[in-house]
Amino acid sequence: MTSIDSERTITVTVNGVPREATVPVRRLLSDALRHDLGLTGTHVGCEHGVCGACTVVVDGAAVRSCLMLAVQVDGAEVRTVEGLAREDHQGGQVLHPVQEAFRECHALQCGFCTPGFLMTIAAGLEGRDNSAELTEEEVDDMVGGNLCRCTGYANIKKAVHHAAAAMKDGA
Amino acid sequence: MKPAPFRYADPSTLGEALAVLSDEGAKVLAGGQSLLPLLSMRLAAPATLVDINRIPDLDAVEVTDDAVTVGALVRHDALLRHGGAAAVQPLLGRATANVAHPAIRNRGTTVGSIAHADPSGEMTSVLALTDGSVTVATTAGSEVVGWRDFFVGPLETSIPAGAVVTAATFPALPPRSGTAFAEVARRKGDYAVCGAGVVVTLSEDRRVERVLASYVSVGLTPEVHDLTEAVAGSPAEKADWAAAGALARTLVDPDTDIHASADYRRLLVGVLTERTLADAAAEAGARAARE
Repeated sequence: MTSIDSERTITVTVNGVPREATVPVRRLLSDALRHDLGLTGTHVGCEHGVCGACTVVVDGAAVRSCLMLAVQVDGAEVRTVEGLAREDHQGGQVLHPVQEAFRECHALQCGFCTPGFLMTIAAGLEGRDNSAELTEEEVDDMVGGNLCRCTGYANIKKAVHHAAAAMKDGA
Repeated sequence: MKPAPFRYADPSTLGEALAVLSDEGAKVLAGGQSLLPLLSMRLAAPATLVDINRIPDLDAVEVTDDAVTVGALVRHDALLRHGGAAAVQPLLGRATANVAHPAIRNRGTTVGSIAHADPSGEMTSVLALTDGSVTVATTAGSEVVGWRDFFVGPLETSIPAGAVVTAATFPALPPRSGTAFAEVARRKGDYAVCGAGVVVTLSEDRRVERVLASYVSVGLTPEVHDLTEAVAGSPAEKADWAAAGALARTLVDPDTDIHASADYRRLLVGVLTERTLADAAAEAGARAARE
């Protein structure tokens, strides 16, 4: 018999760590990450799928976390901006190539949109064959769904190319 | 900007989903890329959401020589990358590339956008243009419904409460035919101010035999317009596509909204028709040469 609930306890692997939370079924994934799991790196902008600030990666695919319910990621793997950098061996962290490229290219100003851009671009670049040339059209398609109201897109697009080159060399 | 309270079920079989959907005020959740905004803005407040994402076997793309059948959980992105589907019906890949942005295409479903019946959706027009149909499941069984009987009005279809659209079927492109799809949008990935999909079919001696067009964000439900009379019998490479565009402008009945006036939309219908028909005719010629 199918259970019909108002509240559920979900188990989800976030940035490699199994987490459990009891949430009302109407809780958006974006709110569950921030409020229930304390991961405030994911930013909430428009809450209807237009701005891209809340983009996270669910089971390998970039998605808007405001357009999923938390109960839908029960059993899934979620990656947020907190999971981009990796540990080094001296207790510090090494930035992901996309984060490094954003710093290098000055691809952020106020930073509100940045987590969404980083996750969108990281998923986009990790999901493609980086030995193939990255075209302007591909970059436009990749970042076109994320809104930035400070810097404009020139430096963000530069950072995508920069990161792609770094990931190609690193591969 | 939070959904009103509802109850939630994520059944693992279609039968269980249909049983829960028989409750009053239940609504199907597939990709959720249109439904979740409606819930958050409280334009919709269903009592129960029936999430079909955990039902197996709804995510298949079946390709035969005659048609492409897309299951209810096939994401736009999967259809976009499906080479076999594009070979049988090239409009699928072409139109899907115009659907929103990658993160939306990763989650949103083709069948869901058809069931949503938004006149600014690309895939509703493609279903019409290809003379497609949907498969509708209820507790009484499953039936195939043609597109003309399916779309009733903006965001409105003929399917009864408690039903699930389990698949959409797009017939194959006919022989000696080519397609094209183009949109004008304020920003790439936005809802189109106007979009056009066309199919051009040539005769054995490479003359224009049939011209069909369907538009996005024009009119309340998808329609197919026959533009053949403007160019019938012309050699494919010398046809007067502007005449077909002019005919199209007289056939459509667009509305004015905050994004564009009806007159501007009608102008775009003419421009996009002329542009896409030239491309589709060139493709039809190339396909005819290969066939």
